[in-house]
Formats: sequence, structure tokens, C-alpha cells
Amino acid sequence: MEAVRRVEGTAVPLDRSDVDTDQIVPAQFLKRIERTGFGPFLFHEWRKDPDFVLNDERYAGATILLAGANFGSGSSREHAPWALEDHGFRAVIAPSFADIFRNNCCKIGLLPVELPEESVRALMDAVLDDPATTIVVDLEALSVTAPSVQESFEFDDFRRWCLLEGYDDIDLTMRHVDEIGAFETRRPSWLPTA
Amino acid sequence: MSQTLTEKVWERHVVHRADGEPDLLYVDLHLVHEVTSPQAFEALRLAGREVRRPDLTVATMDHNVPTTDGPVSDPTSAAQMDALATNAKDFGITLYPWGAAGQGIVHVIGPEMGYTQPGLMIVCGDSHTSTHGAFGALAIGIGTSEVEHVLATQTLPQTRVKTMAITVDGELAAGCSAKDVILGIINRIGTNGGVGHVIEYRGGAIRALSMEGRMTICNMSIEAGARAGMVAPDDTTFAYVEGRPHAPAGADWERALEDWRTLPSDADASFDTEVSIDASALRPFVSWGTNPAQSVTIDDAVPDPDSFEDPAKRDAAQRALTYMALDPGTPIREIRPDTIFIGSCTNSRIEDLRVAAGIVAGRRVAEGLRALVVPGSVAVKAKAEEEGLDRIFADAGFEWRGAGCSMCLGMNPDILQPGERSASTSNRNFEGRQGKGGRTHLVSPAVAAATAIAGTFTTPEDLGADL
Repeated sequence: MEAVRRVEGTAVPLDRSDVDTDQIVPAQFLKRIERTGFGPFLFHEWRKDPDFVLNDERYAGATILLAGANFGSGSSREHAPWALEDHGFRAVIAPSFADIFRNNCCKIGLLPVELPEESVRALMDAVLDDPATTIVVDLEALSVTAPSVQESFEFDDFRRWCLLEGYDDIDLTMRHVDEIGAFETRRPSWLPTA
Repeated sequence: MSQTLTEKVWERHVVHRADGEPDLLYVDLHLVHEVTSPQAFEALRLAGREVRRPDLTVATMDHNVPTTDGPVSDPTSAAQMDALATNAKDFGITLYPWGAAGQGIVHVIGPEMGYTQPGLMIVCGDSHTSTHGAFGALAIGIGTSEVEHVLATQTLPQTRVKTMAITVDGELAAGCSAKDVILGIINRIGTNGGVGHVIEYRGGAIRALSMEGRMTICNMSIEAGARAGMVAPDDTTFAYVEGRPHAPAGADWERALEDWRTLPSDADASFDTEVSIDASALRPFVSWGTNPAQSVTIDDAVPDPDSFEDPAKRDAAQRALTYMALDPGTPIREIRPDTIFIGSCTNSRIEDLRVAAGIVAGRRVAEGLRALVVPGSVAVKAKAEEEGLDRIFADAGFEWRGAGCSMCLGMNPDILQPGERSASTSNRNFEGRQGKGGRTHLVSPAVAAATAIAGTFTTPEDLGADL
């Protein structure tokens, strides 16, 4: 994975809570066996509405998605972060995220940034007012900066380190391969096997 | 120090622990299906990695498979099924392919074959992996990168979780089921009420449930945002597991039993969050919106969005009612579905089918309604046919299908048409979940069956059915 330190760009205000992964990428598009190419299916149904914010030309090229609480709920499909990333997003800022979605984002270097509701609201107001507003997400400094907003955020230390350094999870775990082997010798013999 | 069930199962799987790092947990059982695994296997190949423990990995086909006799008409579904067959063969993994004995929804076959046991750490690239927690296993849904990680290392890094006790006491009224318990819980705590927690369901009403009922409850833990749901193993659990093909036998059974009896939370164990539910006050629930917390009892009416104080909830309710084409104040009993779906990893087990068959026996599906029964597995299907349930459903006008996820998520040909409305025993009423433009109402198998007969949302008691 490539290291991620900082995301700077314009943002799309998706002012909805409980945006589930079926909306982010509907199930009919999960049949690809490749990891890439999911961007065109992002918010597939909502994009049919010409007034949907992602169709608004003023937000074209945005790299940050602003959303309501409990973003990414539902299915464990990693295709959802893949679609967001393939579309060009590098960070999602919301008051809260679903657990599996947050995990999946971190695995691919898409930053899930949790800010207080009022701060997300202030960022949305700023980009609604001026779509050219630039937001800076700094993972190293744990800060989000926009002309009208300056906010710090929390991020799991270990995940932050992995993202900043661009470490491969499997390589990290394989540092403990001897412990895995030792654990396996201690497992009771009656545990199920395939 | 006293521990909860969650903590006990967690602690016994810690391979590596260090300050500032997630715990590295050992995975006893990795369940794999065709949709979330192809990219993981491909990444292993590209990196030249092997599957560390093919003997602890079990694969089946469920999300894409047709529920009618073949061939697979959709070439992309066929490609994904073929990819799983190739991956299983190349990496030496046991596969239960489409139509074979043992095939079915991954969360139905695990318990059915005795793979799912108390105290295990179980993962699968599917959010409804929480189902297996009904046995006192720690069962967590993961993404594809994590599937790859588990294939390569048989471990999963996990940040510590909080524990939540949801105590359900009292006796369920006739006509109420495990599905109504979990819909009631989600209605109460919300779609993110469980975030960061593993929920332990406890109390007299949970103890009184069969394993099927407990699985229904744990299954939908993810709909409350929880990382997992669990029920402490007891004699009901042991009776279910004993004698299944992959369950321990003989002296091993005794050793396992002794171990499993140590798993329940200690009497003085404390939880980070506690919730109490009175089972006797529950009624059958019907969802009216586009997330599983947007529900009311069948005796209620569609709510007015203005009745929600929280502006985000009000806004979500307004949008949901527009999508669902419902007017505030409409009694739930006056809503008329077009399709009845009995199936999914939530409610497709033999007990669910028995309940539904008992209600539709000797009755006819309402004029113009499409009604489907999709058994959770090839084994459930065979058992139901042995009991004659297939005839009961067919005589009532239901379509009797093959095993799979089917209309729960519309990846196979079983989908709602735009604007169609369903009464569904599945777990998610998200926009388009059962097919583009489809409108889903989540219900129990009993309400789905009664509604099929009456044509509008109905309880079995409204029909005068024996309960």
C-alpha cells in the first residue's frame, strides 16, 4: 500500500445519514473478480437523479467526501471503498462510520475521518457556499483545516502508523509467524477441521 | 478477574499482544464464498503466498447461485462461481459447490455441519457472520483485504471491543418470534447503537429460544452496527451441536463439553453498556423505511417524519417514505405487498419453514401475489421435503426454490422489479437491496406467511391460524 500522509482538495457534501454500502455500490456490481474499475458504479442509483450532488459539475474532481453519521453501514463489501477510491476520493469525513467499512477503508488507504457533527456541518456549509473550498486532511498532524474550520481528529495509533508508512498488513503479521506456529501447537485437537 | 463470554473467547485467541497495537487473534474457522474472495485469492497469487490453513477454511457458493435448475444464465455470476471453484482447487480448500450436498448460505451450512462450535473465532467476508455467535463463538464479518490476510496468516488483527449486554426477559407473546426480538432491539438502540461493541444477548427469553431463533438474533447484530453478537452456550447449544458431522465425538465430545461449560460470562462480570428489553411487551415488527431501525409494530401506522425530533432522523424518514411510496398515518395492516420472500441467512432454517408452513397449510396465497420460499441450504431443503413442507407451500401457491441467498440481496435472478413491494424475512430494507427500485418490509416468517394469505400485512392470529 502507498503511504498516505495528507489529502488536500475540494469536497462533495453528501448530506445524508446512514448511507449504506448497498447505496455506495449496489450488489449487482459485485460480480467482478477484479479489484479495480468500481468507480463507475459508485452511488449508481442515486446518480440517475440529475440533482444528486455527485452530478453537480461544481464538485467535479473533489477528493474528499463529506457525509452524515453512520456512513458505510451494512454489508462488509470492500467494493464500497474500492468504488469511492476509484472515483477519486482519498478521504471521507463524517460524524461516525460503520466498523467494517472503516476497517476496509484503512486497508486501501482511503482515510475515514471522524469529526464532531457540528464540524462536519460547518464543512458542508462551507463547500455548499463555495464549492472551490479546499480542505486539508493531515494524518500526521491529525487535523482537518478549511478556511472556516480548524479541527483535530482521533485516529487509531496503529492504523495511522500503517497508513503513514504504507505498510502491508500481511508483512506486519508475518513478523509474528513463530508465535502463530507456537499458538497452533497449543490448540486442542478436537477443534473442527474442514 | 471476572470476565464476560466475549472476553473469554477473545483472550483464548490472542496470538500476539503489544501496547498500541491491535491484538492478533487466531482464526479457528474461515468461511469463504464467491463474492468477497476472488480478489483475495488473486492477491495471494500475485504475492506468491499460500493459504496457511486450508484445513480450517471452508467454501461454498451462495450469493450468486440461481434457485431454479441451471444453467447459470448470468455469465458474470458463472465467472465468479468458476473462480471460486478454481481457487478452492488450486489452494486445496474444501468447497461445497452449487447444488452439491452441503451447499447453502454460508451462515446456514456452518452450524448445520457442526463446523460452528462454542468458543471458536470465526470469520467470513460477509457482515452476517455474526450469526455464528449464537453458539458462543466470536464471529466477525470482514472485508476482502482481511480475507486475504486470514488466508495468508490464519490470524486477524482486531482492535479491542467494548462489551454490551442486552438482557431480554419475560415471555414472548404467541405469534412473536426471535425476528421480532431483534427488530425490536434495533428499533430501540438504532443502526449504530452497537458500534464498537460485541453484544451478548442474555436473559430468560433468549435462553428459551431454539438455536435457530438465537441465530436469527445474532445474525442481525450487524444491523445495529455491532462487531458481533453472542449467546452463551448452554444445553440447547450442546444438543444442537452433538452428532453433527464436524462436531467432536466420543472422548473429544466430553472434553469439548467440559471446556464449553466454562464459557458463559461470570456472574459478576461487568459490561460497558447494558440494555434491558421486556419480551412480553413485544409485538410483531414491520419495517416501514430504508434502514432496519425504521420499524413499528404491526398494530401501528406509518409514522409522520415530523414526529422525529432529531433533524437527521426526520430527514431520513422523509426520504425513506418517498422511496417506499408510503403516506404517514397509513395503518401497517393496510399496506399491500406484491411479493413474499421467505429465506435468507436470517430466516431460512427448518424451524422458520415449519412455522411458515403451519400458517399457510390448507390456505391459498392471495390473488396476484408472488410468494417464494428459498431454503437456506440443500440440507434444509431435503429436510423440509422429507417433512412434506414443500407440498404444503406449493399447494398454497408458493414457489419452492433451491438453496441460496436469493432475493435477500438480488445478486441472482430473484429480484424485485422497480416499485415492487415485498414482505421479506431477510435482514436489510436498504434502497434497492432486493432489486433496483424495490421496496422491502422486514418481517418474521410468521408474518410473511400470514401476509401471503391475507394480501396485506397480517399476523397469524388475525388469520385464526393455530400458533
